[in-house]
Amino acid sequence: MCGIAGWYAPEARTRPADRNTLESMVEAIAHRGPDEFGLYLDPRVGLGHARLAIIDVVSGQQPMGDDRGASWLVFNGEIFNYVELREELIAAGHRFRTGSDTEVILQAWEAWGDRAFERFNGQFALALWDSANEALVLARDRLGVRPLYLCEHEGRLWFGSEVKAIFAADPSIPRALDPTGLAETFTFWSTVAPQSVFQGVTELEPGHLRILSPAGTIDRAYWTPRYPEGGAATFEGSLEDASREVRATLTDAVRLRMVRADVPVGSYLSGGLDSSLVAALGREAVGSAFATFSIRFEDAEFDETPFQRAMAERLGTDHHELMVRTSDIAAVFPRVVAHAERPLLRTAPAPLFLLSAAVHEAGFKVVLTGEGADEMFGGYDLFREGRVRRFWARQPDSAVRPRLLDRLYPYLARSPVASQAMAREFFGRDLAAADRPGFAHQTRWRPAAAIQRLFTPDLRAQVGALDVVDRLLCSLPVPFSRWSTLAQDQYLEIRTLMSGYLLSSQGDRMLMAHSVEGRFPYLDTRVVELANSLPPSYKLFGLDEKHVLKRVAAGLVPDEIIGRTKQPYRAPDAVSFLGDDAPDWVAHVLDPDSIRDAGVFDPVGVDRLWRKCRADARGAGLSNGDNMALVGVLSTGLLHEQFVRDDRPSTQPVHFLTVVDRLRDERRDGVTARIRQSQ
Amino acid sequence: MTSAVEDKVREFVIDYFYVTDARSLTNDQSLIDSDLVDSTGMMGIILFLETEFGITMADDETTPDNLDSIDRIVAYVERKRPSPPG
Repeated sequence: MCGIAGWYAPEARTRPADRNTLESMVEAIAHRGPDEFGLYLDPRVGLGHARLAIIDVVSGQQPMGDDRGASWLVFNGEIFNYVELREELIAAGHRFRTGSDTEVILQAWEAWGDRAFERFNGQFALALWDSANEALVLARDRLGVRPLYLCEHEGRLWFGSEVKAIFAADPSIPRALDPTGLAETFTFWSTVAPQSVFQGVTELEPGHLRILSPAGTIDRAYWTPRYPEGGAATFEGSLEDASREVRATLTDAVRLRMVRADVPVGSYLSGGLDSSLVAALGREAVGSAFATFSIRFEDAEFDETPFQRAMAERLGTDHHELMVRTSDIAAVFPRVVAHAERPLLRTAPAPLFLLSAAVHEAGFKVVLTGEGADEMFGGYDLFREGRVRRFWARQPDSAVRPRLLDRLYPYLARSPVASQAMAREFFGRDLAAADRPGFAHQTRWRPAAAIQRLFTPDLRAQVGALDVVDRLLCSLPVPFSRWSTLAQDQYLEIRTLMSGYLLSSQGDRMLMAHSVEGRFPYLDTRVVELANSLPPSYKLFGLDEKHVLKRVAAGLVPDEIIGRTKQPYRAPDAVSFLGDDAPDWVAHVLDPDSIRDAGVFDPVGVDRLWRKCRADARGAGLSNGDNMALVGVLSTGLLHEQFVRDDRPSTQPVHFLTVVDRLRDERRDGVTARIRQSQ
Repeated sequence: MTSAVEDKVREFVIDYFYVTDARSLTNDQSLIDSDLVDSTGMMGIILFLETEFGITMADDETTPDNLDSIDRIVAYVERKRPSPPG
C-alpha cells in the first residue's frame, strides 16, 4: 500500500516540472507509505512514490522500470492474484527479476496491453509511463478502494492518491470548493466520481482506465457491475449450492488477503456478522495467532463490545480494544477532515482514524475488514425499506402494508402517535414513483439535501440550477432498467455511498492516515461476480437481509451475532462538539467571520443551528438532520481552512531512495556535449 | 393581516429549523415534504406549542393534519386555545 503522485505533459514543448515539485507532491502524502520514497523524471512525465512495504519488501522498490527502461510504473495497492498471473506470464516466455506484484503489472501491460486490468483481482490505483508510445496509463480498481485524483492545469495533467499532493505541486493551481461537489455531498453524503469537491479536480472513476498520449485521451470502463437481466438469475443452483459456493469463494478471498503479505495481517471486528465472518475465515487461513481490533463507545447506543468480545473469545485472538470518547472525536476531527479531504455529515470516520493509529502502534500494517458485504449481499435497511415501500405502493391506501415498517424499525411501534404518523407521511411519499430509479434512496437523499437550506443565497442560486439526483440517474448504465429492483438499489448504493464514503472517508483515508492497509474480502472480484449473479431472493429473502451470508456464517460465527438485529456503525455526532470542554477550533470555525470567509453557509442560519444544538448539550432532542447539519458545517469549515485558505504545504522533507532522473541526465549530457563542442 | 399566534409559530419554525431564506417558507408549505421536520423535530414543535400556548396535545392530535404546516399549526392552536377574554 502506498501513495502515488506525478504529472504528464502531453506536448513536448511543455516545460517539464522540476524534481523539487515532484518531491513536494510525494512528501504531501508521505503518511501513505513511510518506508521508502522514489521518483522517476523525464521531459514528459514525473512519477513519484511513497511506499508501505508489504510484498517483496527487499526488491519491490518503485518507480519500477521494465528491462529496457522503456516503461515505468508507480502503483498503490495490491494485485492479489499476482502469483497466478506471474505463472501465466512465465509460461508465455516472460522472465522476472523480482517477486513483486509491481513487476507483474509491468509485464502484464507488455503482454496484454489495456486488457491487462480486467485480469487483476485487486485494489489498486496506478500510473504507468509507456515511453515507446509516449502514453501515460492511469487505472483504478473496480470499486474504487484506492483513490486517484486528477487536475489539468497549464498544459499538464497532475495526479495523486490524494488532492493534497496535487495542491503541493504548484501554488498556481486554483483552490476552491466546487458548487456541484457540495450539492452532491449534501445529498449523497459524498461526491460521485468523477466529481470532486474541489474545482478543477476530478477523480478517476472506479473500474476505469485512462490513456493519455499525443494522439489524445481515452477514458473507458474496463469493468462495470453486471446483474441478471429480466428477472432471470445467472446462478442456477439452489440456496444450499449458493451457500456452499459463497463460502468457498469467500474463504479463498480471505486466504489470499492473509497469505499474500510478507508482514502479519490482523482483522477489524465490529461486532456484526460481516467482520466476524471475515475474522473467522482469517483465523482459519493463518491457523495460528491472529490479532483483532475493535472500537468501543461509552454510550450504549453505539457500543457493540459484548459481540466483539464473544467473537474474539471464540477465535482466541489477540484482541485489542479502543475506547473512543466524544472528546476524542472532537480532538481529532480537524485531522480527520484533513485526511478525508471532503465535507463529512457524520463523525463515524473519526473513531476509525483512531483505530488505525492503534493498529499502527501495535506494529501492524495490514487489516481485513468486513466492508462491502452489505452492498454485495443486500444487508442494508435501505434495501428492506425499499421493498416494503414498493409493496405498499401497490396498495397506497392500505393501512396494513405500512405497518411492515415497524418490523424494520421496531422503535416505531413503541413511538408516540406523532412519530408513527410522521413516519407514515415520510416513508409514504412519492409512492407513485415506486418504479423509478432512486425511489428507495430518496428517503436518505432528501433529508441530506434539506441541509442545503443553510447554503448562502449565492450558492443556493448556483446549485438550484443543478439537479444532482437527476444527473446521477441520467448516467445509469443501459441495462439498469432490466435489473431487479434490489440490484438497482445495490448499484446506486455501491456507486454513491460505498465508493465515495465508506471506502474513502471511512476506509482508505482513515487507514492510510496511519499507514495501515485495509483489505476487503467481500470486494474480491470473484465474490462480487458471484454475489451479483445470485437471485435477489438469496440475498434479501422477504425481509431477511444477507440471507445466504447468514447460512455461510452458521457454525463459524456465534448464533447471537448471526441472529442479532443489524446495528449500523455510527459514532456520537453533534454531541461530540457541544460540551463546555469542546476544543477551541469549534468556536473558531463557527464564528460568523469564518463562515462568511468560507462562503458556503449563511452565518445567520448557522447561528440558529448552533444555538439550537447548544441548548441541548446532551444532544438528546436533536434530530438526524440537526446532527448531519452541524457535522457538515464544521467539516466544511475545516476543509476550507485547511485546503482553500491555507496554502502553506505542511510537509516534512523525506529521503528519496530510488531516483531515476532523466532530466538531470539530459542536463549532464547537454553540458558534456557543450564541453565537447568547445574543445 | 397576521395573527400573534401565526407570528410566533412562524418565528419558531424559522428559528428551530434554521431556515435562512424565510421568504421561501410559505405558511401552507408541508414541513414534512420540505424535509424540515422529522419525528424528533415534531417532538420539538409539540413541546413548543405546549409551553408557549399553555395547551396540552392529546396523543391522537399529534398528527400531520394538525402539525404539517404553519397554517395547520396556527389553526390547531386557535381551535385549542381558550377564547381570549373580551
